[in-house]
This record gives sequence, C-alpha cells and structure tokens, in this order.
Amino acid sequence: MEQKTKVHAEEGKQDVAITRDFELPVELLFKAYADADLISQWMGTKVLKLDSKKNGSYQFETADPQGNPVFKANGVIHEFIPDRKITRTFEMANVPFGVQLEFYEFEPLTGDTSRLRMHVVYESVEQRDQAMKFGLAWGLNMALDRLQDVVSKSKK
Amino acid sequence: MNLRRDVFQAIADPTRRAILLLVAANSMTAGAIAANFDTARPTVSKHLQILTECELLEPKQTGREIYYHFNPQKMKEVAVFIEPFRKMWDDRFNKLEAIMKKYKK
Repeated sequence: MEQKTKVHAEEGKQDVAITRDFELPVELLFKAYADADLISQWMGTKVLKLDSKKNGSYQFETADPQGNPVFKANGVIHEFIPDRKITRTFEMANVPFGVQLEFYEFEPLTGDTSRLRMHVVYESVEQRDQAMKFGLAWGLNMALDRLQDVVSKSKK
Repeated sequence: MNLRRDVFQAIADPTRRAILLLVAANSMTAGAIAANFDTARPTVSKHLQILTECELLEPKQTGREIYYHFNPQKMKEVAVFIEPFRKMWDDRFNKLEAIMKKYKK
C-alpha cells in the first residue's frame, strides 16, 4: 500500500519536504491549522495564543500532569491565505534545532480529499538533521506511552 | 556491519525503545534500568547488550559502577532518521484526519 505521508530529505541539505493526502475537503484540512480549538485537539497541546492572519502569531504549551511544561512552541505568521497557504516560523523551546521556516500549501484533490505540502527550512544542515532525529525520540515516547498503557492494563 | 539494519532491529522492540528513552533522559546503571521493568534481569541485560552492540548505548565506568549513556551521534546517516520522522508526522496527520472527520459530522 502506498504511504499516505511522504518525507523527502536529502543528505547535506537544510530542508525537508513532507506531503500528505487527506480524506478531507481542503476547507476542513485548512481549518485544522487555523482554529485554536481544533489545533489543541489534534496536536494535543494547549493553544495559549493564535492570531490566524498575516503578521499574527501563536504560542502552544503542553504540561505534564504535575503542571510542568513539557512542550512549548511559538512563531509568527507571515502569510495566511484561507484554504491555500500558510507561511510561518516555528520555534520549539529546549530543542537543538532553532527556528524553522514552514510553508504549508493546501490543495484540493477531489471534493472531499486534499493534499498538504509542507516545506520546512532550517538554519543549517546540522539543525535539520537534529530535527529529524527528534522523530526517533518521538517514536520512543510513543513506545513508552504504549508500554505504560500495556502495563497499567495488565495491572487491572 | 549494516548499522542501519541493526539500529532498526534494535528499536523494533518496545522494551529496547523504552530503555533508550530512560537512558536518553538520564545515564543509568543496568540495575537502575532493570528496576523500571517487570522483565527478568537477564532479559534486560540482553537488551542492553544489543543496544550497546549497535552503538545506541555506550557503557562508561564511573567509580565502581557502569553507567549506560545514550549515544545518538553514532547514527550519522540521515536515512536512519527518515522513517521514525515520517512515522511521527504520519501519527500526527492520522490524528488530525480522525478529529476533522468527526468535526465534519
């Protein structure tokens, strides 16, 4: 089966391209990136601030059950064209890959399917590689969550 | 040695991934690592051996104890990271899709 999410990253380059086809009309896909409540649902983070327009900005934060922030991100929006394009910066706190520039292009495929093309540019090749390594840490976290689920279920 | 294949095999196991996560947060002794799992101690030792062999973990002697350190630098090849990175985005997008499908209704 063809993969729904594709990643293109060349060795020695400081950018990465991510493409994903959705079983959603383009308006809904765009809304998932423009609406604070929806962002908080699918990203699993609190949206402290989101001003979805040119020169707007945003701030996300996730806390653990003890209230310590485990994820903090912020950025500014440079371009906001409904149902078509968002250009923004994204900066995550406490990670070694700095600020990234993100281009999101939304494209209708059929009446109820759409494509998202994400192009992310980092300050250097090293930072791009660090950001990609973060995927491994993410996988480890997910694995641990699943492990905790399994453990807590087996205790019941 | 095919490092890429070995690294993938190493992280294919959920216990080994959990060990990596623990050690990535804090260098630990084998005993301290094993205390986090219900698995028998020799099984944990075997996992540590595999993770050390593919250089994801590095044992270092500190005083009388051996501490295991997480060693991501060994995996220089970008390709090693593409699949976990792709999986990360795939998970996020799947969630987005599921939530927006519900929203539609």
